[in-house]
Formats: sequence, structure tokens, C-alpha cells
Amino acid sequence: MTINWFKYASPTSFYGLAGKMIPWFAIPSAILFVVGMYMGFFVAPVDAQQGEFYRIMFIHVPTAILSMFFYLVMAGYAALGLIFNTRLSAMMASAIAPTGALFTLISLWTGALWGKPMWGTWWIWDARMTSQLILLFLYLGFIALHASIDEPRRADRAAALLAIVGSVNVPIIYFSVKWWNTLHQGSTIKFSGTSMQITMQHTLLTMTIACWFYAIAVVLSRVRSIILERERKTDWISELPEMRS
Amino acid sequence: MNILVWMKANPLTYVWIGSYMFALIVFAIEIVLVVRKRKTTLHQVRLMRDAGDEE
Repeated sequence: MTINWFKYASPTSFYGLAGKMIPWFAIPSAILFVVGMYMGFFVAPVDAQQGEFYRIMFIHVPTAILSMFFYLVMAGYAALGLIFNTRLSAMMASAIAPTGALFTLISLWTGALWGKPMWGTWWIWDARMTSQLILLFLYLGFIALHASIDEPRRADRAAALLAIVGSVNVPIIYFSVKWWNTLHQGSTIKFSGTSMQITMQHTLLTMTIACWFYAIAVVLSRVRSIILERERKTDWISELPEMRS
Repeated sequence: MNILVWMKANPLTYVWIGSYMFALIVFAIEIVLVVRKRKTTLHQVRLMRDAGDEE
């Protein structure tokens, strides 16, 4: 049996599929958050150098990684919308932006919270932290630019350009700790392996998957509202079961 | 009490309230906003459809 994936590139097909997928991500995400936080606070051992403060890492690292990843996904969708003029791609980009911005905000906030007891400062204009702050402004710029243009297709194109140009910031964030002498430490987890204790690795992985699934569920839910809003004049919308009540 | 003294005396409370609770509150607000947006959009689309039917 072959699946026609292009079928799901249309808002009509994707609307129903997204609705079915939401619980498959939302429920595991809630369970994984509970498990991850339990492991983070009760199972993972105390760090020899950082004491209890290192436990911030279990929320800081997943949100920081995913904030960069979501920006690339958002820019990818925006580029697809710009090149192929596909309606759903632009809608997906708009749906990802608020969640990406919130993940960036959480990573900056938790980073500052970790910085105070470890470095003695909430904030420093270090390359990693500054480029991450720029990422937050890029997300906010995308949302603001899209909201400022009334005609949706024009808004999609303008915001897509910003997203594509802004994606150059993602490798800058990632490699900033290698390119410049930063206060922020280098990556603990590398492709070559890690020196991190095994329980810590499992906790970090659990929290990363929890955050990822949460984001997918929220983005799918948001894109359904965007589809409803933008396709409201079409016949298929009025035939939806939720429209009959 | 100085915050530095407090955080060193209560590191787990500091970590829990400052980072995890903050993140969970942010997620809860986002979920509420998404659900509200869905309800508002559905309501608006229904109103538009009803207005269209009357024309």
C-alpha cells in the first residue's frame, strides 16, 4: 500500500489529520513531563561541581535546542510556501512561530537563572546568549510582520523572507561557543559522545521528547485554527462536523 | 534576605519555582490561548456562515 503524502499538503486533508494526531502527542508529552521531572529531581544524582543548580539544565537544554530547531522548521515551511506557493506551508510557519518564541524565552530565562549561582550574573553580552536573544527577536519580528499586513498571502511572503534571512542566526548560535571565547560552556553532548552521567542523559532525553511532543501538539492545534480562519469561505469548512452545531 | 543567600540555602526550591514552574506556567498559558483561539475562530466562522445563509 502506498501513501500519497502530497494529499496532506492540502489544508482540507491536513485539518482532519492534525485533529487526529493531537492526542497522540499531547498525552505522551504530559506523561513524559511527569517522568522527566521525577527523574530530574529524584533520580539524577547531584552534580559534583554545580550541586543542585545543574537540574535547571533538564529544562534549559531541551528548550534551547528546540528553539533553534523550530526556527529552521519554520524557515523551511516559509521557504516552501514562498517557492511553491503552498497554502499549508505558510500556515504551518505561522503556527510554529509563537511556540518557538516561547521556547526561546524559557531557554533565556532558565539560562539566566542558572547563570546567577554559577557565574555570579543573570546576564552577560556573551556570543551564545546574545545570538539566542536575537533568535527571540527574529521570532517576534516574524509574528509582528505577519500581523501587520492585512492580506494573508502578502503577509506570508513578507514574513517568509524574514524567516529565511534570519535562519543564518541558527548556525551562529550553535557554533558561537567554538568561534568565540564565550562564558557559556561548549556542548556537553557531541556527535562523538558525551561524558555525562547515564541517568542525566536519560532525563535530558525524556525532557527533550516531552518538550518536542508538547510543541507538536500545540502547533497542530494552532494550525487548525489558522486553517479554519483562512479557509472559512470554502465549502468544505461548512461541511465540518464542528460547524453543524 | 539577599537572593544569593536564599538560593544557596534553598537550591531545589529555587530550581523548581524559577525554572520548572515558570516553564509549566508558560505552557499552560499557551494551551489556554490556543484553546481560546480555536473556540473564537469556530464561533466567528459559524457567525459568518449564518450571516451568509440569511443573505
